Amino acid sequence: MRRDIFQAIADPTRRAIIALIALQAMTPNAIAENFNSTRQAVSKHLRILTECQLVKQEQQGREIYYSLQIEKMKEIDKWLEQYRKIWETRFNQLDKVLSTIKKQKK
Amino acid sequence: MKNDLLFDFTVDKPAKTVCITREFDAEQALVWDAFTKAELIDQWIAPAPMVAKTKYQDFKVGGKRFYAMISPDGQERWALQQYTSITPKTNFKMFNVFADKEENPDPFGSEWDHTFSEDNGITKVSIVIYNESMERLEMILEGFTIGMRMSLTNLETLLEKLSKK
Repeated sequence: MRRDIFQAIADPTRRAIIALIALQAMTPNAIAENFNSTRQAVSKHLRILTECQLVKQEQQGREIYYSLQIEKMKEIDKWLEQYRKIWETRFNQLDKVLSTIKKQKK
Repeated sequence: MKNDLLFDFTVDKPAKTVCITREFDAEQALVWDAFTKAELIDQWIAPAPMVAKTKYQDFKVGGKRFYAMISPDGQERWALQQYTSITPKTNFKMFNVFADKEENPDPFGSEWDHTFSEDNGITKVSIVIYNESMERLEMILEGFTIGMRMSLTNLETLLEKLSKK
Protein backbone atom coordinates (compact mmCIF):
# COMPACT_ATOMS: atom_id res chain seq x y z
CA MET A 1 0.00 0.00 0.00
CA ARG A 2 1.33 3.38 -1.03
CA ARG A 3 0.97 5.90 1.76
CA ASP A 4 1.36 9.63 1.88
CA ILE A 5 4.59 11.12 3.15
CA PHE A 6 2.71 13.33 5.60
CA GLN A 7 1.39 10.30 7.38
CA ALA A 8 5.00 9.50 8.06
CA ILE A 9 5.76 12.74 9.81
CA ALA A 10 2.37 13.08 11.51
CA ASP A 11 3.49 10.92 14.44
CA PRO A 12 6.07 12.08 17.03
CA THR A 13 7.67 8.63 17.37
CA ARG A 14 8.12 8.38 13.63
CA ARG A 15 9.67 11.84 13.54
CA ALA A 16 12.10 10.70 16.23
CA ILE A 17 12.93 7.58 14.22
CA ILE A 18 13.58 9.75 11.16
CA ALA A 19 15.93 11.94 13.20
CA LEU A 20 17.77 8.86 14.47
CA ILE A 21 18.33 7.12 11.17
CA ALA A 22 19.17 10.38 9.42
CA LEU A 23 22.51 10.09 11.20
CA GLN A 24 23.21 6.45 10.41
CA ALA A 25 21.54 3.28 9.19
CA MET A 26 20.23 1.24 12.13
CA THR A 27 18.73 -2.16 12.89
CA PRO A 28 15.17 -2.33 14.28
CA ASN A 29 16.56 -3.48 17.64
CA ALA A 30 18.97 -0.56 17.87
CA ILE A 31 16.15 1.84 16.99
CA ALA A 32 13.80 0.28 19.54
CA GLU A 33 16.38 0.76 22.32
CA ASN A 34 15.83 4.52 21.98
CA PHE A 35 12.14 4.31 22.80
CA ASN A 36 9.99 3.18 25.67
CA SER A 37 7.57 1.51 23.30
CA THR A 38 7.70 -2.18 22.43
CA ARG A 39 9.78 -3.60 19.62
CA GLN A 40 6.46 -4.44 17.97
CA ALA A 41 5.33 -0.81 18.03
CA VAL A 42 8.63 0.34 16.55
CA SER A 43 8.30 -2.28 13.80
CA LYS A 44 4.88 -0.91 12.94
CA HIS A 45 6.28 2.63 12.64
CA LEU A 46 9.12 1.33 10.46
CA ARG A 47 6.62 -0.43 8.26
CA ILE A 48 4.65 2.79 7.75
CA LEU A 49 7.85 4.73 7.06
CA THR A 50 8.85 2.10 4.50
CA GLU A 51 5.42 2.25 2.86
CA CYS A 52 5.80 6.01 2.61
CA GLN A 53 9.15 5.32 0.93
CA LEU A 54 10.81 7.54 3.48
CA VAL A 55 13.13 4.78 4.67
CA LYS A 56 14.74 1.89 2.87
CA GLN A 57 15.82 -1.50 4.17
CA GLU A 58 19.13 -3.12 3.45
CA GLN A 59 20.17 -6.61 4.33
CA GLN A 60 23.67 -6.80 5.80
CA GLY A 61 24.53 -10.33 6.85
CA ARG A 62 21.78 -11.49 9.15
CA GLU A 63 20.63 -8.00 10.07
CA ILE A 64 18.29 -5.58 8.32
CA TYR A 65 19.37 -1.95 8.40
CA TYR A 66 17.03 0.99 7.99
CA SER A 67 18.22 4.25 6.46
CA LEU A 68 16.60 7.52 5.42
CA GLN A 69 15.65 8.41 1.84
CA ILE A 70 16.83 11.99 1.75
CA GLU A 71 15.24 12.66 -1.67
CA LYS A 72 11.83 11.83 -0.28
CA MET A 73 12.26 14.31 2.55
CA LYS A 74 12.60 17.02 -0.07
CA GLU A 75 8.96 16.46 -1.04
CA ILE A 76 8.03 18.01 2.27
CA ASP A 77 10.00 21.12 1.44
CA LYS A 78 8.28 21.36 -1.92
CA TRP A 79 4.95 21.16 -0.19
CA LEU A 80 5.93 23.89 2.27
CA GLU A 81 6.90 26.11 -0.62
CA GLN A 82 3.36 25.75 -1.99
CA TYR A 83 1.98 26.68 1.40
CA ARG A 84 4.17 29.77 1.41
CA LYS A 85 2.81 30.74 -1.98
CA ILE A 86 -0.75 30.59 -0.72
CA TRP A 87 0.14 33.26 1.80
CA GLU A 88 1.91 35.31 -0.83
CA THR A 89 -1.22 35.27 -3.01
CA ARG A 90 -3.41 36.13 -0.05
CA PHE A 91 -1.31 39.08 0.96
CA ASN A 92 -1.11 40.42 -2.57
CA GLN A 93 -4.90 40.37 -2.55
CA LEU A 94 -4.91 42.17 0.79
CA ASP A 95 -2.58 44.85 -0.65
CA LYS A 96 -5.22 45.52 -3.29
CA VAL A 97 -8.05 45.67 -0.74
CA LEU A 98 -6.06 48.11 1.41
CA SER A 99 -5.17 50.40 -1.46
CA THR A 100 -8.80 50.42 -2.66
CA ILE A 101 -10.02 51.46 0.78
CA LYS A 102 -7.33 54.13 1.04
CA LYS A 103 -8.43 55.60 -2.28
CA GLN A 104 -12.09 55.60 -1.22
CA LYS A 105 -11.20 57.52 1.94
CA LYS A 106 -9.49 60.30 0.02
CA MET B 1 7.59 50.73 -3.35
CA LYS B 2 5.66 47.60 -2.58
CA ASN B 3 8.58 45.36 -3.34
CA ASP B 4 10.41 46.65 -0.33
CA LEU B 5 7.72 45.36 1.99
CA LEU B 6 8.88 42.54 4.18
CA PHE B 7 7.54 39.03 3.72
CA ASP B 8 8.91 36.35 5.97
CA PHE B 9 7.65 32.78 6.14
CA THR B 10 9.15 30.08 8.30
CA VAL B 11 7.96 26.63 9.29
CA ASP B 12 9.24 24.90 12.39
CA LYS B 13 8.21 21.33 11.75
CA PRO B 14 9.12 19.81 15.14
CA ALA B 15 7.30 22.63 16.93
CA LYS B 16 4.40 22.36 14.42
CA THR B 17 4.54 26.13 14.12
CA VAL B 18 4.31 28.42 11.12
CA CYS B 19 5.50 32.03 11.49
CA ILE B 20 4.49 34.62 8.93
CA THR B 21 5.47 38.29 8.95
CA ARG B 22 4.35 40.77 6.35
CA GLU B 23 4.38 44.54 6.01
CA PHE B 24 1.54 46.54 4.46
CA ASP B 25 1.51 50.00 3.00
CA ALA B 26 -1.37 51.21 5.17
CA GLU B 27 -2.00 52.53 8.66
CA GLN B 28 -2.44 50.11 11.53
CA ALA B 29 -6.14 50.81 12.11
CA LEU B 30 -6.96 49.90 8.52
CA VAL B 31 -4.87 46.72 8.51
CA TRP B 32 -6.48 45.73 11.81
CA ASP B 33 -9.91 46.12 10.19
CA ALA B 34 -8.82 44.05 7.20
CA PHE B 35 -7.92 41.19 9.54
CA THR B 36 -10.86 41.46 11.91
CA LYS B 37 -13.92 42.55 9.92
CA ALA B 38 -15.59 39.74 8.05
CA GLU B 39 -16.66 41.86 5.07
CA LEU B 40 -13.01 42.83 4.54
CA ILE B 41 -11.51 39.41 5.38
CA ASP B 42 -13.72 37.81 2.74
CA GLN B 43 -12.20 40.07 0.11
CA TRP B 44 -8.67 38.70 0.42
CA ILE B 45 -8.33 35.58 2.58
CA ALA B 46 -9.18 33.05 -0.13
CA PRO B 47 -6.42 32.70 -2.72
CA ALA B 48 -8.06 33.32 -6.11
CA PRO B 49 -9.91 31.63 -7.75
CA MET B 50 -11.25 30.44 -4.40
CA VAL B 51 -13.67 32.79 -2.65
CA ALA B 52 -14.39 33.20 1.06
CA LYS B 53 -17.87 33.60 2.50
CA THR B 54 -18.50 34.42 6.16
CA LYS B 55 -21.83 33.09 7.42
CA TYR B 56 -21.64 35.00 10.68
CA GLN B 57 -19.05 36.73 12.83
CA ASP B 58 -19.10 37.93 16.42
CA PHE B 59 -15.78 39.66 17.03
CA LYS B 60 -15.38 39.48 20.80
CA VAL B 61 -13.56 37.16 23.19
CA GLY B 62 -15.46 33.87 23.08
CA GLY B 63 -17.22 34.98 19.89
CA LYS B 64 -16.91 33.12 16.59
CA ARG B 65 -16.60 33.48 12.86
CA PHE B 66 -18.06 30.70 10.75
CA TYR B 67 -17.00 30.77 7.13
CA ALA B 68 -16.42 28.76 3.99
CA MET B 69 -13.79 28.71 1.29
CA ILE B 70 -15.51 27.97 -2.00
CA SER B 71 -13.71 26.54 -5.00
CA PRO B 72 -14.62 27.45 -8.60
CA ASP B 73 -16.59 24.20 -8.96
CA GLY B 74 -18.72 25.15 -5.94
CA GLN B 75 -17.16 22.92 -3.29
CA GLU B 76 -17.41 24.45 0.15
CA ARG B 77 -14.86 23.96 2.88
CA TRP B 78 -16.19 25.24 6.20
CA ALA B 79 -14.16 26.37 9.18
CA LEU B 80 -14.88 27.82 12.58
CA GLN B 81 -12.79 30.43 14.38
CA GLN B 82 -13.19 31.28 18.03
CA TYR B 83 -11.60 34.45 19.37
CA THR B 84 -9.65 33.76 22.56
CA SER B 85 -8.03 37.15 23.18
CA ILE B 86 -8.43 40.65 21.74
CA THR B 87 -6.32 43.75 22.40
CA PRO B 88 -7.80 46.29 19.96
CA LYS B 89 -5.50 47.30 17.09
CA THR B 90 -2.47 45.44 18.48
CA ASN B 91 -3.21 41.76 19.00
CA PHE B 92 -5.82 39.06 18.68
CA LYS B 93 -5.73 35.32 19.13
CA MET B 94 -8.10 32.69 17.87
CA PHE B 95 -8.62 28.98 17.58
CA ASN B 96 -9.26 27.81 14.03
CA VAL B 97 -10.76 24.44 13.17
CA PHE B 98 -12.25 22.89 10.03
CA ALA B 99 -15.90 21.93 10.35
CA ASP B 100 -18.81 20.60 8.35
CA LYS B 101 -21.55 22.96 7.26
CA GLU B 102 -23.49 22.21 10.46
CA GLU B 103 -20.58 23.66 12.49
CA ASN B 104 -19.39 20.27 13.78
CA PRO B 105 -15.65 20.78 14.24
CA ASP B 106 -12.78 18.43 13.37
CA PRO B 107 -10.85 16.93 16.30
CA PHE B 108 -7.74 19.01 15.67
CA GLY B 109 -7.33 22.69 15.04
CA SER B 110 -4.73 25.44 15.21
CA GLU B 111 -4.03 28.43 17.41
CA TRP B 112 -3.43 31.75 15.69
CA ASP B 113 -1.70 34.74 17.24
CA HIS B 114 -1.70 38.06 15.31
CA THR B 115 0.41 41.05 16.33
CA PHE B 116 0.18 44.47 14.65
CA SER B 117 2.62 47.38 14.80
CA GLU B 118 3.10 50.53 12.73
CA ASP B 119 6.17 52.46 11.72
CA ASN B 120 5.95 55.47 9.43
CA GLY B 121 2.66 54.46 7.87
CA ILE B 122 3.84 50.90 7.25
CA THR B 123 2.05 48.27 9.31
CA LYS B 124 3.76 45.03 10.22
CA VAL B 125 1.67 41.96 10.97
CA SER B 126 3.20 38.90 12.62
CA ILE B 127 1.19 35.70 12.60
CA VAL B 128 2.16 32.61 14.57
CA ILE B 129 0.14 29.48 13.83
CA TYR B 130 0.46 26.49 16.08
CA ASN B 131 -1.00 23.28 14.67
CA GLU B 132 -2.12 20.54 16.97
CA SER B 133 -1.29 17.93 14.37
CA MET B 134 1.02 17.77 11.41
CA GLU B 135 -1.68 15.98 9.44
CA ARG B 136 -3.78 19.05 9.83
CA LEU B 137 -1.08 21.20 8.28
CA GLU B 138 -1.38 18.98 5.26
CA MET B 139 -5.15 19.28 5.12
CA ILE B 140 -4.92 23.03 5.00
CA LEU B 141 -3.13 22.70 1.72
CA GLU B 142 -5.34 19.95 0.35
CA GLY B 143 -8.32 22.26 0.46
CA PHE B 144 -6.52 24.75 -1.70
CA THR B 145 -4.49 22.63 -4.05
CA ILE B 146 -6.91 22.46 -6.95
CA GLY B 147 -7.71 26.13 -7.02
CA MET B 148 -4.16 27.07 -6.21
CA ARG B 149 -2.57 25.27 -9.12
CA MET B 150 -4.71 27.30 -11.42
CA SER B 151 -3.96 30.63 -9.82
CA LEU B 152 -0.25 29.90 -9.45
CA THR B 153 0.01 29.22 -13.14
CA ASN B 154 -1.75 32.52 -13.79
CA LEU B 155 0.58 34.26 -11.40
CA GLU B 156 3.67 32.72 -12.95
CA THR B 157 2.58 33.81 -16.40
CA LEU B 158 1.97 37.29 -15.12
CA LEU B 159 5.34 37.43 -13.38
CA GLU B 160 7.09 36.24 -16.49
CA LYS B 161 5.45 38.98 -18.53
CA LEU B 162 6.39 41.60 -15.96
CA SER B 163 9.99 40.52 -15.66
CA LYS B 164 10.45 40.64 -19.41
CA LYS B 165 9.59 44.33 -19.44
